[in-house]
Amino acid sequence: MDFPISHTHIDPLYLIGVGFVVGVLGGFFGVGGSFLVGPALFGFGMPMNFVVGTDVAHIVGKSIVAARKHRTLGNIDLKLGGIMVFGTIAGVETGAQLIQQLKRTAHVDVVVGLAFIVVLVGISGFMALESWRTIQMRRAEARRGKALSKRAAAKDDRSAFAHIAQRIQKINLPPHVSLPVSGIDRISLWSIIVVAFLGGFFSGFLGGGAGYIRMPSMIYLLGIPTHIAVGTDLFEIIISAGYGTFTHALKGNVDIMIALVMHTGAAVGAQIGATLTQYFGGVRIRIAFIPLPVIGAIIVLHGLLHGHPAK
Amino acid sequence: MTIGIMAGSRLNKSLKNLLRSFLAELILYSALVAAYFAAVLHFLGNWVYDLFQHDRKLYAFVALGLIITQGFLLEVLTRALLELAHREREK
Repeated sequence: MDFPISHTHIDPLYLIGVGFVVGVLGGFFGVGGSFLVGPALFGFGMPMNFVVGTDVAHIVGKSIVAARKHRTLGNIDLKLGGIMVFGTIAGVETGAQLIQQLKRTAHVDVVVGLAFIVVLVGISGFMALESWRTIQMRRAEARRGKALSKRAAAKDDRSAFAHIAQRIQKINLPPHVSLPVSGIDRISLWSIIVVAFLGGFFSGFLGGGAGYIRMPSMIYLLGIPTHIAVGTDLFEIIISAGYGTFTHALKGNVDIMIALVMHTGAAVGAQIGATLTQYFGGVRIRIAFIPLPVIGAIIVLHGLLHGHPAK
Repeated sequence: MTIGIMAGSRLNKSLKNLLRSFLAELILYSALVAAYFAAVLHFLGNWVYDLFQHDRKLYAFVALGLIITQGFLLEVLTRALLELAHREREK
């Protein structure tokens, strides 16, 4: 089927299938799924600026579904989400402006593709290291006779890198806020804004909601419990992707018809994914997340090495 | 042993029911989505393309409005279908 806005020819069933898969992943991990949607659309010959804009648009619809589900499960810290909005919007606009600059130099595909690969592999590597250290930490505790029951261990959300978040929470840069829903007594507002800006920047620059950056950042840098990070991240994605859709559409980077088709599959997947989070503990969710960014990186690398199908 | 077999057959039965209702919901959902889909692509396709070509600001508002509206509509539809499946399973 032809989609004239982006001059792309894609089978709608393929789009629905991709939407369904990223819907499940999005609901489960609290990420928009752009690390898979981006490479999937790029692989079908869509120009990279349309990949970024269209991906961000489809994510708005999908995140509404998953965020509503997480709200009913009590997984959203609205105060944290509200503060993050400011950093997120500033970050999205900065990232989108950078895409505009690159469009003028005709290097947009290569630069965005390489940035995608570096970021995705970096996240997977860091999360693998963290999960491995957390498991080692638990084994050491078990040897000292401090092992948790099987049920408690499955729901245990401690991280071997918790000291990073503890240090960030001690930064004495006023104003400070408390986040009772996330169990944080005192944290500098600026730490939250910087994390939100980073997430927003990657959302505007690489597309999607940038949950693959924001979700781990909230856990490891701010010390937010994994389930709350997943739910609040989805709330944040609605804001960043909503703003991203508008600004990218103004710049001619959104094929809304492709986004609408892809979202029909994502709506079902997001419900299923969000329900699944109830059955898994924090470290299990983090371990399951590790291979996904690597898959996305491999698809982008393949596209860059073998040439873009549209050319 | 007997209790184990009974529990196993109950599990199989509930799994079968779950799969059956999930399949039914999937067929219903696919039919609804296909109809919606044809309508959206047929009626909106050309208009949206014209907007993209001639009025980028209006296109941006329409694009955001369309995806948000579809997000809410499909969320309500999907939740209703999943609840229906859940109720059927409980019966």
